[in-house]
Amino acid sequence: MRTDITKINEQTPHQDLTEGLMVFAGGTSKLFNTGEWRTNTPVFHANLCKQCLLCAPVCPDASIPVKDSKRGEFDYDHCKGCGICAKVCPFGAIEMKEGR
Amino acid sequence: MAKRDRMSGNEAVAYAIRQINPDVMPAFPITPSTEIPQMVSTYIANGEVDTEFIPVESEHSAMSAAIGAEAAGARTLTATSSAGLALMWEELLLAASNRMPLALALVNRTLSGPININCDHTDGMGARDTGWIQIYSENNQEAYDNFVQAYPIAENKNVHLPIMICQDGFITSHAVENIELLEDAAVKAFVGEYEPEEFLLNPGKPIAVGPYSVSNYAMEARKNQELALENAKEVILQVAAEYEKISGRKYGLFEAYKTEDADYIMLIMGSAAGTAKQAVDDLRAQGKKVGVLKLRVFRPFPAKEIAEALKNCKAVAIMDRCESYNGNGAALGSEVSAALFRNKVMISAVNYIYGLAGRDFTVTDVYRIFDELEQAELNGTEVEQYQYVGLRK
Repeated sequence: MRTDITKINEQTPHQDLTEGLMVFAGGTSKLFNTGEWRTNTPVFHANLCKQCLLCAPVCPDASIPVKDSKRGEFDYDHCKGCGICAKVCPFGAIEMKEGR
Repeated sequence: MAKRDRMSGNEAVAYAIRQINPDVMPAFPITPSTEIPQMVSTYIANGEVDTEFIPVESEHSAMSAAIGAEAAGARTLTATSSAGLALMWEELLLAASNRMPLALALVNRTLSGPININCDHTDGMGARDTGWIQIYSENNQEAYDNFVQAYPIAENKNVHLPIMICQDGFITSHAVENIELLEDAAVKAFVGEYEPEEFLLNPGKPIAVGPYSVSNYAMEARKNQELALENAKEVILQVAAEYEKISGRKYGLFEAYKTEDADYIMLIMGSAAGTAKQAVDDLRAQGKKVGVLKLRVFRPFPAKEIAEALKNCKAVAIMDRCESYNGNGAALGSEVSAALFRNKVMISAVNYIYGLAGRDFTVTDVYRIFDELEQAELNGTEVEQYQYVGLRK
């Protein structure tokens, strides 16, 4: 009963949908670009960032990737632009810009 | 070998639960179903079953926990009545739309107000649009037999829907009658082990249950759910045929009692069908061609089959043990009339409301109803098409 979520879309006839719309697979939310919902966009100023990493854990969408103890550029495919990271940043390294 | 005993309807259902030995039972006590979780708790305390009992703080939680446990992969059930079922309302729909084959022992009781604890079908009929399978029982024997058949129906891969086994509060839940019980081994073999293909607590095979569905998916999901309920009709009959082999007792979507040549038929559900059959026997002895159609399966609603069974009679009395407050009749009144109309069976169909909040319903009431139908047919007397039985006026 494993689901290939890439084969289900808004044109799929009812017979080909899963029982109870359950998804019999894991990690499929990665394929859903919630970034499309964004109306405000955070902009990262690397020159102001001290790598304190307060921003990464407060992101509700895990859209601030951290590698080797350093944050990188935003994952704009999934960032909904909530602005929590900008509020929590003590150094003004994240600026909220209007629009996508 | 079957075992003869005497017990109440609640005892009979608890006995069936012991034989099935389900995995999880979240429940909250409410009259008149309280004895069921109480007796199951005793079975657990005595080590006769290894069911995990969850003493929840409300019925809302009972049904939520039941859905969670079922999704996790555990065979789950609960029991309730009246306001308890009403408090489960939101979760009843989720259990069905999430396609959880869990079972619920419903001991039918009215809903307030006026405040009252006695039997009618207001609770079950209130849940008629929630997507559950609903099977009604006439007596303790049927409550037991229906419960043993519950999981094989619900867990069938063409169904995967929750099932409600209903019996009349106090009238059958508390009255002690003779009963024939199956051997434990026979029930275990009939019901089998629950082996879901996909479930939450399945390492390495993650699933998402009940994900948000945008408008472009929800209608298709509902259609699939509706088709599963339609599939249940055939599965109910298959399971009944299998059950007959081990019990010798025959079940269908409904029981047609002396309807073959009947001019007048009473369509009724639950314990009052016994009263109606007694009255039919009495009237048959006087040469009256009368019969009873006792509805067993209310959901899925066997509309076509009912119309077929009624097509040769002159008039039907559709008996409702609840109100719909639509000014035009109650649940069965509306649905049976629609079934007749859509199948072009143009007989006269009077909707009688009886036995609300535990009001007695007697053979004399049945005589009067059959007489009224006959007078209307033979002498053209006017009959109120939607009326209360035994109302003081």
